[in-house]
Amino acid sequence: MPLRKPVEKKADGALFILVLILVVLGLVILYSTSAYNGRVKFHDSAYYFKKQLFATALGMMAMYLVSRIDYHCLVNLAPFCYAGALVLSTAVLFFGQEYNGSKRWLALGPLSFQPSEFAKLAVILFLAYRMEKSTGKTTGIWFMCKVMLWLLPIVGLVGTNNLSTAIIILGIGVILIFVSNPKYLQFIGLGAGGIAFMGIFLAMESYRLERLAVWRDPENFEKGFQTIQGLYAIGSGGIFGQGLGSSMQKLGFVPEAQNDMIFSIICEETGLAGAFLVMVVFALLLWRLMVVSTHAPDLMGAMIAVGIMGHMAIQVILNIAVVTNTIPNTGITLPFISYGGTSVLFLLSEMGLALSVSRHKKQMRA
Amino acid sequence: MKKNKTFHKKKVFVVFLCCAAMLLGLTVRLVWLMVVQSDYYSEKAQQLHERERDIKAARGKIIDASGVVLAANKTVCTISVIHNQITDPEGVIAMLSRELELPEDKVRKRVEKVSSIERIQANVKKETGDRIRGCGMDGVKVDEDFRRYYPKGSLASRVLGFTGGDNQGIIGLEVKYEKYLKGIPGQILTATDARGIELDEVGENRIDPVPGYNLQISLDTNIQLYAQQAALKVLEEKQADSVSILMMNPQNGEILAMVNVPEFDLNDPFTLNYTVSSNQISQEEKQELLNRMWRNPCLNDTYEPGSTFKIITASAGLEEGVVKLTDTFSCPGYRVVEDRRIHCHKRTGHGSETFVQGAQNSCNPVFIDVGQRLGVDNFYKYFKQFGLLEKTGIDLPGEASTIMHNPKNMGLVELATVSFGQSFQITPIQLAATVSSLVNGGRRVTPHFGVSIQSEDGTYVKKLEYETKDGIISEETSRTLRGVLESVVSQGSGKNAYIEGYTIGGKTATSQTLPRSAHRYISSFVGFAPAEEPEILGLCIINNPQGIYYGGTIAAPVIRGIFENVLPYLGISKSG
Repeated sequence: MPLRKPVEKKADGALFILVLILVVLGLVILYSTSAYNGRVKFHDSAYYFKKQLFATALGMMAMYLVSRIDYHCLVNLAPFCYAGALVLSTAVLFFGQEYNGSKRWLALGPLSFQPSEFAKLAVILFLAYRMEKSTGKTTGIWFMCKVMLWLLPIVGLVGTNNLSTAIIILGIGVILIFVSNPKYLQFIGLGAGGIAFMGIFLAMESYRLERLAVWRDPENFEKGFQTIQGLYAIGSGGIFGQGLGSSMQKLGFVPEAQNDMIFSIICEETGLAGAFLVMVVFALLLWRLMVVSTHAPDLMGAMIAVGIMGHMAIQVILNIAVVTNTIPNTGITLPFISYGGTSVLFLLSEMGLALSVSRHKKQMRA
Repeated sequence: MKKNKTFHKKKVFVVFLCCAAMLLGLTVRLVWLMVVQSDYYSEKAQQLHERERDIKAARGKIIDASGVVLAANKTVCTISVIHNQITDPEGVIAMLSRELELPEDKVRKRVEKVSSIERIQANVKKETGDRIRGCGMDGVKVDEDFRRYYPKGSLASRVLGFTGGDNQGIIGLEVKYEKYLKGIPGQILTATDARGIELDEVGENRIDPVPGYNLQISLDTNIQLYAQQAALKVLEEKQADSVSILMMNPQNGEILAMVNVPEFDLNDPFTLNYTVSSNQISQEEKQELLNRMWRNPCLNDTYEPGSTFKIITASAGLEEGVVKLTDTFSCPGYRVVEDRRIHCHKRTGHGSETFVQGAQNSCNPVFIDVGQRLGVDNFYKYFKQFGLLEKTGIDLPGEASTIMHNPKNMGLVELATVSFGQSFQITPIQLAATVSSLVNGGRRVTPHFGVSIQSEDGTYVKKLEYETKDGIISEETSRTLRGVLESVVSQGSGKNAYIEGYTIGGKTATSQTLPRSAHRYISSFVGFAPAEEPEILGLCIINNPQGIYYGGTIAAPVIRGIFENVLPYLGISKSG
């Protein structure tokens, strides 16, 4: 590979500002939402906020560092990252800490770490690496299957205890394959196949079908409790909301409101107006990531940026869809806003990666 | 290094467009939820958050004629626990069972029950409640509340009545004036979190309770006390079953005293006022005994009035003109009516006597003759006219009706016995009200306690009105009757009621209860003063006295004793 030195350009300022907005917004909303649960469970209103603030600070540092590194170097490390993600995801199966019935955390002294969050980033880097390194045709069905095969171990490992994240990883993979392939038609076939597969998958276990029933009529199922409480919160918001901090539903009605259901509290406190604004900020973020991708100097950069965009889009859309009961319930957090230290740390690292790509917009020599 | 080709960029754009489209779809979904369905969901959410709590209204006081409070409220506490706020269950159990003097296992059961709020005990003394609050233990709730309180204890117990657990009237005036006394309960609407804990920061929606109106009654505590003292004295002396004394103003029907000894403690109305021989009485038997204790014999029970009823016979005879004061009668000690020989209480006979003397002697043949002269239809007409066949309309619950012969079945024998007050039953209050109406100039009055309804601050006053009916007998007959009855006390069988310096009218009675073979008697006396213009009328009924049982001997002195005190108290001066 001939050595080409990219021009030192400024990173995408709009992207950076959007990320900052989301981080600050996220912290404010998180504090408002988690204060009650923190007080009730830990006698400290700021319990969750402090932990999130710490992770955010770490994340900001990580974002800065990553954005200063040439993403090509990072992609070269991708196989190690991917291997690391596999090891950690295996470790969590044996040494993981349980919380709310799921074994998803690894203890690191006083801190805990969620390998599946790291896995998403590793997958994006690894797929970019694979596409760069594959020497053969990258347009055929065979290549598609090969990429999928590469993904299988991590999807399997993560999926054993965190189905939602496995779906996200799969989704990222599908988007990257889609982008790397000039054709459209076969993806329609793939989509149809995917839907058929989902149908069989759902029918296999009756509890999954029950989820569907709960989704259609949450008020009459005990398991629809979280969903219906979220809907109460959303409906209570009206157009302009109850005012920041005035949510009633966060007071234990929406269980663990600072986690997956946090968007419902945004709706309740800031109304349709606030919720719409949050969605607009996310849409702008996606737009900037698209711009970074399309302006990337090479395919590697484009793939990284679109992978991040796909990751972001899948989480935002699925989260809001779940909270509004548009789709059946599955646990997906809202990026930057839901509580979760590992999540915010790696999301910010991803943003650093995107910023790094944006710094190399144009090549010195074509 | 692979190139970022145009088709890559196009595809990225397609992905972005898809995402944007989905976000737009979700926005539409949000508009649906937050605008169209907003009311539905927010109402449901509100129902979930709000808790309603009633605030009891302070019950109106009952105040006597001179402003003495007879029924009031005192603050008591309700102790509850909120299960999921308790941090130290053992400490709470120990503290509550110690302070409330409850068995530990009972408290434990309540404390350990998983419920949003569990009541441990109601009606706890305020001091105890304050002590429990002072312990400051998590999850223990002390709510203040009102409880009815009767400062005078057992005074006029059956008149005032008492209230139940929800402060609702159970007997007496408390029931009759419930709608004025009870007030309107308030409400606290509070928001709670999912654990049911009220949120201070949200604030509460409070609808203040409206306290009940005070009830002023005509009963005078001092007169009631005099009467009660006199009743207790005779109850003990004569070892009677019970003694009832009624004092009323014959001019307007206001009742000044109504004593039924033994009374019971209004602050502890569910305990019998005597010791039951067997401890093994069932719950139903106990309730039966309590119901009996709570009865007000002055109006819930009827009795054979006996000779006091001769006042009614005399009034009817005089009004109808079938007898004059100077008419002479002869008493051989009995009168034969149809095939029956009806005895006078004086078996040897009173001999020849005028009507007035007959009244003084309480001579049965004289009144049998007056009755016979009136005839069934006439007599019945006067019963009706005097208001004897209806209830008096007293403002206490459960007044009993007069039990009188049907005129169709009333032969001459029945007419004869009715003439001197036997073979039928009326309530004491009916007798007192009727005699009052006959001696006050012929105006039928409604006996009553309630005088006015007023708000605590005096901004609202409502005078209570009662029905009266003029002309049940003429002024003339009334005046004549007062003279006859005055002579009964000054010269006749009622002389034990005589007080130097006062003119007192009255009539004694001694009646035998059914069955006659039991030899149980009721001695009574009805008297009023001053005889010319009665301001007070008293009725004393002694139920089953031992030893001497003549009304003139044992009941008349009771009224005299009360009058001696009450007449000066009412400012009625001696007439020279």
